[in-house]
Amino acid sequence: MNEQALLGLADDELVLGWRDSEWTGIAPMLEEDVAFSSIAQNEIGHARAVYSLLADDPDVLAFDRRLDEYRCAPLVELHLLEWAHTIARRWLYEVADEVRITALKEDSDPAVAGLAAKIDREEAYHRMHAEMWHERLRDEPRFRTAVEELWPYALGVLPAELRGELVTRVGLDNVEAVERGTHTDELGPLWEEMTIVRRSAPAGAQW
Amino acid sequence: MIFEVFRQERRGQPFEHAGSVVAPDADFAEAWAREQYGRRGESVALWLVPRDAIRDVEDWADEFDLKYRRVDGYSIKARLKEARERAGTAGAG
Amino acid sequence: MAAVEIPRDEQAFLEYVQSGGQVETADWMPEDYRAKLIKFIEMHGNSELMGVLPEREWILRAPTLQRKLALTAKVQDEVGHAQLIYRVVEDLGKPRAQCLADLVDGKAKFHNVFHYPTETWGDVGVIAWLVDAAAIISQKALLKCSYAPYARIMKKICWEESFHILHGRDVILAMVTGTPEQFELVQEALNRWWGPLMQFHGNPIPKDEDPMYLWRIKSQGNEEARQQFLDGYVPQIRELGLTVPDPKLRKRDDGVWEYTEPDWAELKHVVTGHGPKTEERLAFRRRFLEQEQWVRDVVLAA
Repeated sequence: MNEQALLGLADDELVLGWRDSEWTGIAPMLEEDVAFSSIAQNEIGHARAVYSLLADDPDVLAFDRRLDEYRCAPLVELHLLEWAHTIARRWLYEVADEVRITALKEDSDPAVAGLAAKIDREEAYHRMHAEMWHERLRDEPRFRTAVEELWPYALGVLPAELRGELVTRVGLDNVEAVERGTHTDELGPLWEEMTIVRRSAPAGAQW
Repeated sequence: MIFEVFRQERRGQPFEHAGSVVAPDADFAEAWAREQYGRRGESVALWLVPRDAIRDVEDWADEFDLKYRRVDGYSIKARLKEARERAGTAGAG
Repeated sequence: MAAVEIPRDEQAFLEYVQSGGQVETADWMPEDYRAKLIKFIEMHGNSELMGVLPEREWILRAPTLQRKLALTAKVQDEVGHAQLIYRVVEDLGKPRAQCLADLVDGKAKFHNVFHYPTETWGDVGVIAWLVDAAAIISQKALLKCSYAPYARIMKKICWEESFHILHGRDVILAMVTGTPEQFELVQEALNRWWGPLMQFHGNPIPKDEDPMYLWRIKSQGNEEARQQFLDGYVPQIRELGLTVPDPKLRKRDDGVWEYTEPDWAELKHVVTGHGPKTEERLAFRRRFLEQEQWVRDVVLAA
């Protein structure tokens, strides 16, 4: 996988981890608050591990780039502080990510392939959690609506050659994807808040 | 449903009661108990048991002296001393 | 006949708990004991939950990935503690949904410190280090609570809190050895938090007038807890070159700390729901509680 694509993976995990941690303290039940926190931590951990393949200091990649230098997919940028949409995104992302990670485990670079295998093992619990919720909510109209709304964005997580697999697994028709490359309006405010403390001290300051 | 959670800290150790989780079914109970009792890798295994599957046993009849079945029912000091004196081995440890 | 029979008489029960006796969920207990227990434990659960809100903004703003992870894990623990604590309350007879409803309706209390704003990253360090330190002192005393199910969860809670304090101190140390501006952030946060910290353990009601102590729900008086806090943490604060903003603070020759009398009126005013951030935070929780009622209906239904 080339560097830009790896950066896309890392940025997806960073931003989705940030979005998932917005549920801290306000999830529908305390148990899910705890579960989402674990998922968010794992995602941040994955981002950090991938950034570390690309640079000496993962924090520099995570925090110190310009907005237009981030390579995350629009799906993860969306501000979705509503449970049906949040779970729809979780589920769609996990299915897409599994397709991506499965391909990455065959990467010609052993460091990348090895990291993908580690990520895959940790993702097993995310998939279990997402499937559990998908089972529970599949007949809920607002969940089905949310999945349909987010579906074009989910397709945009993957490169075109992997989308067929996603279509098969999710069972929805192939539609025009919301492609990676143009950020939504929602990334800007997220980046502002994410970097506000970091930017308050000179570069290289310790925290 | 209330599920009681038993956790094993290391292989070979007994499973100990750790707490309880309210969940709609065993899948949710598992997901949530994994979090509460294992997110730091502090347990190698969990048992989840619906509370109403547990039979609580708390009363015992203790009417007659059962000490003969336990170690504290035996006091051999006096007789041991006498036996040693007879055998002339009283000086030994 | 049980090996240990809980006496069904208030005076005998009092003697039983005061001599170290412990009580389980199904045991007989005086109505007053049960009522005070529920209220005390519920307030603890509420506090863990409300403590999440001041810190959650800073997860989103953490300046390094490591700090983001650590703060997320710390706050996660607080929610986990709330879950454990409300389970205990539920087994005593008050459903969690009722506790949460009472909380957002302003009918239940939570600790003073969670009614105040957090303003800078300095607050993040001060809270994780000193507020958690104050809390752990009370929590260690609860390990001997006469109500056994609560004492048992306190063990897990105390174990998890120990990393919080270390994390907090690490955040502070990074800042006090960083830029002068970062040092100032810490001092400024300390100046704002010292008052609430001194009020945290409650007014110095003598142990034998405190029903919580008489029932051995708490095994420590308020002043004893505060003295322990000062003993443990004033030296740690001062050794970093920070100033405790109380000119009267000093340790006497007999080992007792003297200090400016905390504002007990402020404490009462705050915990009865009039803190600077009380209404905003309760409204925030209430908004999401209502918004996601449908999720609980779908998931927790048979």
